[in-house]
Amino acid sequence: MAIEIQPEKVQEPGGSEPAKPRPARPWWMRPAFHTGIIGAVIGYLIGHWLGNALAHGYQQVGHNDQHDMAIVLGYVFGTVGWLAGLGVFNDLGKQMIGRPVTPGDQHLGDGLAKYFRYSLDHKTVGIQYLVGMIVYFLTGGLFAMVIRTELLSPSYHIISPSSYLMVVGEHGTMMMMMMTSVILGPFGNYFVPLMIGSKRVAFPRIEALSFWLTPCSYVILLSGVLFGGWPNGWTAYAPLSIQATQGMDAYAVAFGIMGISVILAGFNIICTVICFRAPGMRWSRLPMFVWAMLVTAFLMVLAAPVLVGGLYMMITDRTVQTAYFTASLGGSSYLWEDLFWFFGHPEVYILALPGFGIVSEIIPVFCRKPLFGYKVAAAGMLGVALLSFFVWQHHLFDSGMDPNMRPLFMLTTELISIPTGFIYLVAMGTFWKAKIRLTVPMLFAIGMYLNFLFGGISGVYLSDVPSDTTSHGSFFVMAHFHYTIMGGLIFAFMGGIYYWLPKMMGIKLNEKLGKIHFYTMFIAFNSTFLPLFVIGMEGQPRRVFEYARNLETLNDWVSISSFFLGFSILIFLYNFVMSTVVWREKEVGNPWQARGLEWQVSSPPPPHNFEHIPVVLSGPYEYGDPKALPVADLNPPAGVVSGALVGSTQSGSEA
Amino acid sequence: MSAETPAAGTPATSERNDGRNIAVSWLILCAILEPLVILVLGPHLPPGAMSLNARSQQIDNIVLTALATPVVAGVLLYFGYALVFWRQKEGDDTDGPPIHGNTKIQIGWIAATSAIVLSLAVYGTVELIAPAGAGAGEGPAPVWKLTGSNVLEVQVIGQQWRWTYRYPQFGGMETTQLVLPEGRAVEFHVTSIDVIHSFWAYQLGVKADANPQVDNVAYTTPEHLGQFTVRCAELCGIWHGAMYDYGKVLSAADFQQWAASTEIQLASVTKLLPPYSNTYNPDVVPQLGKALTSAGLSGAGGNYYGPQYSVQP
Repeated sequence: MAIEIQPEKVQEPGGSEPAKPRPARPWWMRPAFHTGIIGAVIGYLIGHWLGNALAHGYQQVGHNDQHDMAIVLGYVFGTVGWLAGLGVFNDLGKQMIGRPVTPGDQHLGDGLAKYFRYSLDHKTVGIQYLVGMIVYFLTGGLFAMVIRTELLSPSYHIISPSSYLMVVGEHGTMMMMMMTSVILGPFGNYFVPLMIGSKRVAFPRIEALSFWLTPCSYVILLSGVLFGGWPNGWTAYAPLSIQATQGMDAYAVAFGIMGISVILAGFNIICTVICFRAPGMRWSRLPMFVWAMLVTAFLMVLAAPVLVGGLYMMITDRTVQTAYFTASLGGSSYLWEDLFWFFGHPEVYILALPGFGIVSEIIPVFCRKPLFGYKVAAAGMLGVALLSFFVWQHHLFDSGMDPNMRPLFMLTTELISIPTGFIYLVAMGTFWKAKIRLTVPMLFAIGMYLNFLFGGISGVYLSDVPSDTTSHGSFFVMAHFHYTIMGGLIFAFMGGIYYWLPKMMGIKLNEKLGKIHFYTMFIAFNSTFLPLFVIGMEGQPRRVFEYARNLETLNDWVSISSFFLGFSILIFLYNFVMSTVVWREKEVGNPWQARGLEWQVSSPPPPHNFEHIPVVLSGPYEYGDPKALPVADLNPPAGVVSGALVGSTQSGSEA
Repeated sequence: MSAETPAAGTPATSERNDGRNIAVSWLILCAILEPLVILVLGPHLPPGAMSLNARSQQIDNIVLTALATPVVAGVLLYFGYALVFWRQKEGDDTDGPPIHGNTKIQIGWIAATSAIVLSLAVYGTVELIAPAGAGAGEGPAPVWKLTGSNVLEVQVIGQQWRWTYRYPQFGGMETTQLVLPEGRAVEFHVTSIDVIHSFWAYQLGVKADANPQVDNVAYTTPEHLGQFTVRCAELCGIWHGAMYDYGKVLSAADFQQWAASTEIQLASVTKLLPPYSNTYNPDVVPQLGKALTSAGLSGAGGNYYGPQYSVQP
């Protein structure tokens, strides 16, 4: 177990002294958001010119004078330019020429300025991620509102079919990109070091880079609108993706950049959890949320490279006329389907597991009881993660894949409901004879369990091949994954915001508005998505803009409910903005009387989290146990930490 | 997932026997809900009983729903009970009982869920194999087949954005409406000449993706006369939402008459078609792109194939 005792005195490259503080340059001379934008524009122009020059001999896409190559290289160079403008490569360059790097974060300035700069502080990155992901979520949500508006009528069209597909693609891809990082980004980066008793994350630069890639993928994805979008949703099946116009390039590059961001974020979390735990933070004392983050990070690191590889094939198919996915030239449309879902199915557990982690973290606090079956909960997450790599072909049940594989994938898919059931066992055991405090985070946690129940049960229908013959590709699937992702992950995310924002910002969110937010969101959510199971079973395929006349009433009901759902998000937004900007009710200490290590420091936490490396004495969920020790000793006597370190290295590994 | 309640083994802190209360109300709830689900809802579950495999899928859906009902009812009941009875009392800031787990309940839960899940997988496999692949596309080399001399072969060709049907046993004629005989095994050969579509004959319980250069086989046996819907279930471009038509099931004699007369009627057209084969080279795609571009369609329409290029991959 590596302990970072004095990270400030790390050996400087070149052996020289740390850089002396220089007189600060004016703010507009220092790398920040605005220099990043300048870099991005310059990079885009260079890439665009280069692409046009390289692709001179290639056939051009119809209708305008832009080569796919120019667009793709423009995006890539623009991203590099953005990072250069932000100063991502400054320290790297300094190290390469043997000059000392700028230590710490002090040069970024105080106040809000540091949130627009390349900060290496995991708490700053966490808040940057939180705001960024909320922006992603609201944008994707607006697209959803457009979809539901169009589906108010089966035959009268508010937008054209190609605009409709553009909106469907933007909504799906934006949401899927955002959901991969929506919990690991803000809460994982912010709270994992705090929860394991570390002063820092393993790779602050990689962590910051993983965030600063997400604005790029956001802008690039939205720029697809300028090209008319892409016609095939977030799954982007070939060969339609090879036919499509330049909007497809936006999809491919944006999703690829997000994939890279996710891989980087995952590596950082894995190394942090494995190497930076405080003395006494055994694997059996690791908070459930940290378990969830660790498992999710492994999934990200193992699954996302497959996506990036597949997207690279798509890009070369589109720019330099390779034929990975073109059947008549020796490629195969199945190749994309397999690559995509080999990423895509672990990905849906990348979405689900952090949600499980947050609710498992919340319910013991507000049940005032230990988590029931700690080991079962951890085993459930590991089991889901392991199985998730063996189920992807259930997306291809009707595709004409080898029929012999279908019973196997039916079995593996249904097996996943066993570890998922553990999560419910843990929740129900924790609720048993509890003293439930119905705070806002607790409400969202309960909402998550109730929603995910429907999502999970409908998943069993989809895993069953005969039943799947009807529901595959229909609104049933759509309702299913919205129940697991929106109903599961987003409810957990909201619970996490209400639970942890007092810790992150030292301010309290208004509780009454929070409750109004929960009840409107819970009712509107179920009213929106429960009828969609019926609509799907009645034969409405996904992503259509025309549907059978007899389904109009149900569709209208769903659309109107979805507007209420959007309204409930506005309540949240109002609460969030007013509470953090205008009202600013101070919240210090530990408002929930939680035992978690992150609650033992002040709110917001001090710059380096802990004054001294804490020594963890007991697990985080020992509520109601009179014999339990306090969770950690925050001021261990001198020598204890290094002694524990020596002891643990001598006896092998403590955990 | 099982809905058993973690009642046994935990010491009761009050006189109220929570475990018994939950278990009894759960049993009563199930006793009311199960007959409703099986007898009232069951016959209305999709995809109906128009064909042999649709009927077996409906039974499959009934079984799944009958199993899901007690689970959903149990979990909802449990959380509802918890929220009513296990609330923090006014002014009571103490913690709950420190229960860390219960080995018996954990083992029981794992055993019960595993048993349910494994039996579901076995049942699903039986339901998959028995009605010849459950109407799902089995690829070019089907394992579970409907055999016999009287199997009607129908080729389903997807293209942006309509379905056409070829009947190799009737001179390879190509129609725009799917017409099938009652009580006769049908072997669909689903393929595409451009992008991926998915042939979904809703009431027949058939769904098979149409992949370019792939012959995807699916089986069904229509059992009732009437109309059925054919929709595309895989996003295939802008008019995906409008890619549907209606087929019909005729009696065997009517079908023979229809097929014979249509074959003669279409003979001159059939001569112009490419000879029947399991897949077709999508050479038409560049022409399609041309047609779209000249029609002024942009964006999602697939105008990658500009009019200035005669041949494209």
